[in-house]
Amino acid sequence: MTKNLHLWAIPLLPLVGAAINGLLGRRFKNAMVSAIALLFTAASFAWAAWAVWSAWPGSGIALPHIETLGTWITAGSFSAPFGFYLDQLSMIMVLVVTGVGFLIHIYSVGYMAHEGGYYRFFAYLNLFMFFMLTLVLANNYLLMFVGWEGVGLASYLLIGFFFLKDSAADAGKKAFIVNRIGDFAFLIGMFLIIQHFGTLNYDGVFGKIAEGHLAPEAGWGLFTAIALCLMFGATGKSAQVPLYVWLPDAMEGPTPVSALIHAATMVTAGIYMIARSHAIFNLAPHALQIVAIIGCITAIFAATMGLAQTDIKRVLAYSTVSQLGYMFLACGVAAYSAGIFHLMTHAFFKALLFLGAGSVIHAVGGEQDMRRMGGLRKLIPVTFWVVTIATIAIAGIPPFAGFFSKDEILGAVFHSPYGGPVIWAIGVLTAGLTSFYMFRLWFMTFFGELKLGSVDIGEEAHSPHAPAQASHVTASHSHGHADDEVHGHGGVHESPWVMLAPLVILAVLSFVGGWVGVPQFMGGHNEVEHFLAPVMQSGPAVAGEAVSDHDATTFHAGEATPENTREEWLLAGASVAAGLIGLFFAYLFYYKSPELPERITSKMHGIYTMVLHKYYVDEGYGAIFVKPLLALSTVVLWRGVDQGVIDGLVNGAGAASQGVGNELRQMQSGNIRSYAAWVAIGGAAIVGYMIWLGVTR
Amino acid sequence: MVHQVLFIVFGLICVAGAINLLAQRHPINSALSLVVVMASLALIYLLLGAEFVAAIQVIVYAGAVMVLFVFVIMLLNAGAEERTRGSRIALFLGVPGVVALAGTVGWLLVSGSGKFGGVVIASSTFGDTRAIARLLFRDFLLPFEITSVLILIAIMGAVVLGKREG
Amino acid sequence: MVPLSWYLILSGILFSLGVLGFLLKRNIITIFMSIELMLNAVNLSFVAFANYWSTHPVADKSMIPLSGQVFVFFVMVVAAAEAAVGLAIIISVFRTRETLNVDRVNLLKL
Repeated sequence: MTKNLHLWAIPLLPLVGAAINGLLGRRFKNAMVSAIALLFTAASFAWAAWAVWSAWPGSGIALPHIETLGTWITAGSFSAPFGFYLDQLSMIMVLVVTGVGFLIHIYSVGYMAHEGGYYRFFAYLNLFMFFMLTLVLANNYLLMFVGWEGVGLASYLLIGFFFLKDSAADAGKKAFIVNRIGDFAFLIGMFLIIQHFGTLNYDGVFGKIAEGHLAPEAGWGLFTAIALCLMFGATGKSAQVPLYVWLPDAMEGPTPVSALIHAATMVTAGIYMIARSHAIFNLAPHALQIVAIIGCITAIFAATMGLAQTDIKRVLAYSTVSQLGYMFLACGVAAYSAGIFHLMTHAFFKALLFLGAGSVIHAVGGEQDMRRMGGLRKLIPVTFWVVTIATIAIAGIPPFAGFFSKDEILGAVFHSPYGGPVIWAIGVLTAGLTSFYMFRLWFMTFFGELKLGSVDIGEEAHSPHAPAQASHVTASHSHGHADDEVHGHGGVHESPWVMLAPLVILAVLSFVGGWVGVPQFMGGHNEVEHFLAPVMQSGPAVAGEAVSDHDATTFHAGEATPENTREEWLLAGASVAAGLIGLFFAYLFYYKSPELPERITSKMHGIYTMVLHKYYVDEGYGAIFVKPLLALSTVVLWRGVDQGVIDGLVNGAGAASQGVGNELRQMQSGNIRSYAAWVAIGGAAIVGYMIWLGVTR
Repeated sequence: MVHQVLFIVFGLICVAGAINLLAQRHPINSALSLVVVMASLALIYLLLGAEFVAAIQVIVYAGAVMVLFVFVIMLLNAGAEERTRGSRIALFLGVPGVVALAGTVGWLLVSGSGKFGGVVIASSTFGDTRAIARLLFRDFLLPFEITSVLILIAIMGAVVLGKREG
Repeated sequence: MVPLSWYLILSGILFSLGVLGFLLKRNIITIFMSIELMLNAVNLSFVAFANYWSTHPVADKSMIPLSGQVFVFFVMVVAAAEAAVGLAIIISVFRTRETLNVDRVNLLKL
């Protein structure tokens, strides 16, 4: 018996909220707007929780549970339905999205309280929830693509929320355009799937793969092509190399936006898509290898860039890119459940970090530069403690959440044929760097002396994409956050409880969230992996050839011989050690001897400058892609085609009729004799014709 | 034989008159040449046995219409023509066109003259007034009445147009 | 017996001369007279054919051979009416423009 869970309500409730707030919110008071937004988001979360509980494995409902609302597109033999798909993977995703989303909504009530466009913000936020839920609940790639594009749109709207600021508007455009490049690849992938499978439905595609007894491709074939296209789409959405450049700029948006979209949910859409398509990826080993390499490169690349940033949100942005690299790496070694596990814990602690940073920024009246912060530990204790929990979690120190998920990934990488010790070592190094720059942030923000306004920061130290670093603290319009004057309370102050409560909840989750994935060798049961196992089975595994999710992580669950257990403990210990070493160096550089960083950076001035300027990637893209395209558009398409051809045709038609008219006008000369002549000629012609007819008859 | 001679004589007079109409500069001379043309045409009609037509040609055409022309010429007292620039179209296109047409028609007629027969006076009652009257008031009654309306309209138009302003 | 074609040739010559006069002469009244010449030429043609058809029987029984002469009657009526109205127009043109030169009456142009 399949119960109808009305899954369509889960995405639609936030849409209703968005519609009400968007269309009517201008006239509402702030309290009304937030009430509507929170109501619909909470309702969506409640519905999702109820649906998950109803469909929990063992409850009698068969998973995957598919509900179709009707056909959307029918074109020849291809049809795409409005369908919703609930299985263990989408259960995790939907709970994370609605849960963390709801917490961030609550937080935003406090954070955006003094902003203009309050109703607009919540309308966009709810709109984003709608699209994201469509993405994770869709039962076919086409509907997922609708959600995919929609979250890109919501991201553009929210990044450019302070649209009067040029940098924000540009950042919004950059995000959307770079995402578009990835989306193009996604589309090509979908076209290939249609061509080969005739359908885009998950059960259609994956079912065909499962029953086809397809052996993995030996080389570069169709599945590799599809997988690479999908992967490229994911690099756009999930900010991997080479399409990560939009995410740091996206920090122009309000902090809750960064937390929700660019930490917890939207950027994870790519990971989700790859995990969902694992059946295809498992048939394309080359593609998996490429995914792993890209994830690894992204992780370390972004970590190095995070070392030199001075804006608190930028550090977190690069940290997000780096952690997404970890998730990509996990998918690349076919440890999909580990990737999803890390997605979940990362959602908790990264959202907490962003929201905490928002709380810090709120406390210091809009300042975002860490060099001007310090000593906030005593002034905003609650924020301090929650950010501490999140920092420890992201550094991968047990028993906090980040350790279990990161260790899962690194263990899988070590044992997988697509990973190997080298990539594992890079991963561990990245973990160390992560710990270092996160604790650097922690020390610079909360310890030492508060340096607000008293530190003179030269122009060259500003990263070019942080124009918000005005030299006046009170010029906080550039952050979009309210001035101290407007606040009415002077000085550094703790955030209101409406902002702190979600932080506390997320802190608890960051602490306990990893405990559902404690690996076997440590005595746990790795519930996450077992939960996702039915999803990740890609069909009758041809022993020894097909790559299944268990391949790498089976090691954990498989033979638990003493050597294996010891190896596992060693690997785990290595990543913890890296985290602790990072903590030590951060302590050394930023607490004990703050002058050390200066000495080192002045010695390695060239390298430091390059890292500070993010390896000039943005400039490179600008020169290679943006400038030529702009020139092409201006010269060829605008002047050539639009003005020359199209305007030319239209104006030419007008000019032509004018010209012809001018010529014809000559006949009306007023000269009677010429009129007479024309009459005579006409008459002669007619008579001549009649003669000709008569003669030839 | 006699008919042919007569025809040639009066035909030549016709053509001479027409050419004179073109050649003269003063309109009154052209008018008088036209009268000559009409008179000789009347005689040619007699050769064709059309007595009634010949009569009304002289009475109406030469006697009324041409008199009207002469009256107007003398009323307006326009002098000899002056040379003004005419129309190029007329000179370069119209004239050759008409000449070509005329030449074609003439050539056709000449070459096909064997196909046509001759023209004789059929009978003495052929073109006489009684026959024409019979046609006019029986088969062509409607056009006859309409032409009387036409003449009425023409009279009214002429009166209106000719009235002096004020 | 005079061949029919001779009459037609004469008619054609007169008609062409009329057209030439219509095109080449400058005095409005002379142009009008050329028009009358053309009408006369056509009349000649009608009468010639009326005679021809009455002596050479024609297959179409509905055609009345003598109708050519009746038509000449109508042509003359129309020509008379036209001459009357046309001359009235010429008189009023003369009153305004003070000239009978057709090239001077060229205000109706673009």
